[in-house]
Amino acid sequence: MTRAENKLNENDLDISVNLGGLILKNPVTVASGTFGYGMEYEDFVDISEIGGVIVKGTTLEPRSGNPIPRIVETPAGMLNAIGLENPGIDVFLRDFLPYLKEKGVTVIANIAGNTIEEYARIAAKIENSEGIAAIELNISCPNVKKGGLQFGTNPDTVKEVVEAVKRETSLPVIPKLSPNVTDIVEIAKAAKAGGADALSMINTLMGMAIDIKNKKPVLANIFGGLSGPAIKPVALRMIYQVYKEVTLPILGGGGILDYKDALEFIMAGATAVSIGTGNFVNPCLALEIVEGIKKYMVQENIKSISELVGAAVIK
Amino acid sequence: MSCMENGLVISHKKLGRDLYEIEFIAPRIAPCCQPGQFVHVKTGGTMDPLLRRPLSLYDVDEKLNSITLLYKVVGKGTELLTKIKVKENINVMGPLGKGFSLGDYKSVLLVGGGVGIAPLIYLARVLRERGCKVTVLYGAARSEELVAFDRLRSIGVELMLATMDGSAGYKGLVTELLYDKINPHDIEFIYTCGPEPMMVAVKDYADKYGIKGEVSLEENMACGVGACLGCARKLKPEDDHYVKVCKDGPVFSMADIK
Ligand SMILES: Cc1cc2nc3c(=O)[nH]c(=O)nc-3n(C[C@H](O)[C@H](O)[C@H](O)COP(=O)(O)OP(=O)(O)OC[C@H]3O[C@@H](n4cnc5c(N)ncnc54)[C@H](O)[C@@H]3O)c2cc1C
Ligand SMILES: Cc1cc2nc3c(=O)[nH]c(=O)nc-3n(C[C@H](O)[C@H](O)[C@H](O)COP(=O)(O)O)c2cc1C
Ligand code: FES
Repeated sequence: MTRAENKLNENDLDISVNLGGLILKNPVTVASGTFGYGMEYEDFVDISEIGGVIVKGTTLEPRSGNPIPRIVETPAGMLNAIGLENPGIDVFLRDFLPYLKEKGVTVIANIAGNTIEEYARIAAKIENSEGIAAIELNISCPNVKKGGLQFGTNPDTVKEVVEAVKRETSLPVIPKLSPNVTDIVEIAKAAKAGGADALSMINTLMGMAIDIKNKKPVLANIFGGLSGPAIKPVALRMIYQVYKEVTLPILGGGGILDYKDALEFIMAGATAVSIGTGNFVNPCLALEIVEGIKKYMVQENIKSISELVGAAVIK
Repeated sequence: MSCMENGLVISHKKLGRDLYEIEFIAPRIAPCCQPGQFVHVKTGGTMDPLLRRPLSLYDVDEKLNSITLLYKVVGKGTELLTKIKVKENINVMGPLGKGFSLGDYKSVLLVGGGVGIAPLIYLARVLRERGCKVTVLYGAARSEELVAFDRLRSIGVELMLATMDGSAGYKGLVTELLYDKINPHDIEFIYTCGPEPMMVAVKDYADKYGIKGEVSLEENMACGVGACLGCARKLKPEDDHYVKVCKDGPVFSMADIK
């Protein structure tokens, strides 16, 4: 067969993915906290075309967030300590969700609680409303005093949180793992034992920056979460490790800036990817990455994106 | 409506120490602009700096569909921006934020300090075209930094200068001119942009005489569109909620701040 005969057309490609029961039309999502509620970017991109929009982390009660400064740029990345500022789950469901639903956006909620009961109560509220495709469990936020990271670093609580949420919902539940642990595989296994449908990884790495003029930390919260291309190698390594040991689909992210980065994540074992800080650099990035992946697939004669998942993992 | 656009640079010049003016054609953004809004600029193709930098609209040419920015080199991003050449592209998102309100005033006062004059130039021009009398107090450290002087002259405003070293106009703070030279009864509204202590002094003056006004605030930004909550700020220390400077501002009513 000559190469020309072999050539796939972009329309022949299958780029939809199944992330533990969550069906995405393409494997590129936008990460929680970096895309607001989607509307903020509507002028720039058709948000219903994005594989999935993971909305800002939502809590049971409204939160005003951390004192400022909350962000600082660092080489090839940034630190943030937003502190989960959000209007609370009720306001989200009432004021934002109907619009996103009408627009045909694939909405993934990202939820955080102070206690396991709070996670469960938010999940129950989501279960009773329409228009959310899956729940990402933020058990890895480094920027809040109570909850967040403390849930995500202990295997027993990870399992408990996932179980509690699974009891309340029929939606796919995707715990978002923290990289701020010694053994990510152990945490991933605990999430699986709790009934997780997929895993999201990684959240930000804890870091800090110091203002040498004033001799004090730059962020009011002292520590913040590092994101952006600086964390990409760490994210890839952790996804690779978990893919090898745990049989759950992975939503991979951390520093993705172009389609090549996205392909690296997929080849390390991610079924789908999430774009965070990259949205700030280029608000059209998610869809540009979808296009880039399609071109690559045509070029390499790959019909289904699933052929690439874990392709670089050495067994 | 805002969008992302590659603007063709048609002019880029150094105006004085660390101060540059760049003009580019932006056919989709330029027609949508309002004074006080900003563009979010990709200063280069690097990963350090990675994020965009917000810069105010210095002026917009509605015929050419061009946007002009005035910027001061203070760090990596603005330094990188100086490298963009004429005929090259500059990638910007815009117009972003809430600009100045344009009431039906007969006489207003603009107070600008340093590079804070940038949004006030576009504002002054638009107000003059609406037939409003515009008085401008313009201050800087020294005369070479009063780079918007010619523009202000051609717009046709009542102009008073102040420099810290006395090399042009009044010697001292621009806000001292408020009490010396301005008759508060002639002023219906005050607009200000510049260093925060200056804007605080302007607000104190406005409060004293019961004049309404607006300020343009700055905060470090990541997204520029209200999505990341990084540019949050409390307008009054006792407020229990934060505003987003990029989306709720950068222009705020003086009545709302403290
Ligand atoms: C809405 C808005 C409109 C703006 N409009 C203009 C404009 O029209 N013209 C203009 O020149 N600037 C303007 N700025 C400020 C401009 O965005 C910053 O100066 C710029 O982002 C600095 O980037 P950098 O990479 O060069 O400096 P960085 O590397 O980010 O910072 C270098 C050093 O400069 C300091 N720095 C950062 N920002 C400022 C600042 N604003 N003033 C003094 N020091 C600073 C930092 O603390 C750091 O120490 C505006 C800001 C906002 C929020
Ligand atoms: C400003 C900002 C806010 C964030 N807020 C949240 C959040 O509310 N919930 C969450 O699970 N992750 C949050 N994150 C983490 C991102 O979703 C993402 O996991 C992380 O930034 C790594 O991806 P990136 O390098 O592509 O940005 C936030 C990140 C940033 C930069
Ligand atoms: S810069 Fe992101 S919300 Fe203002």
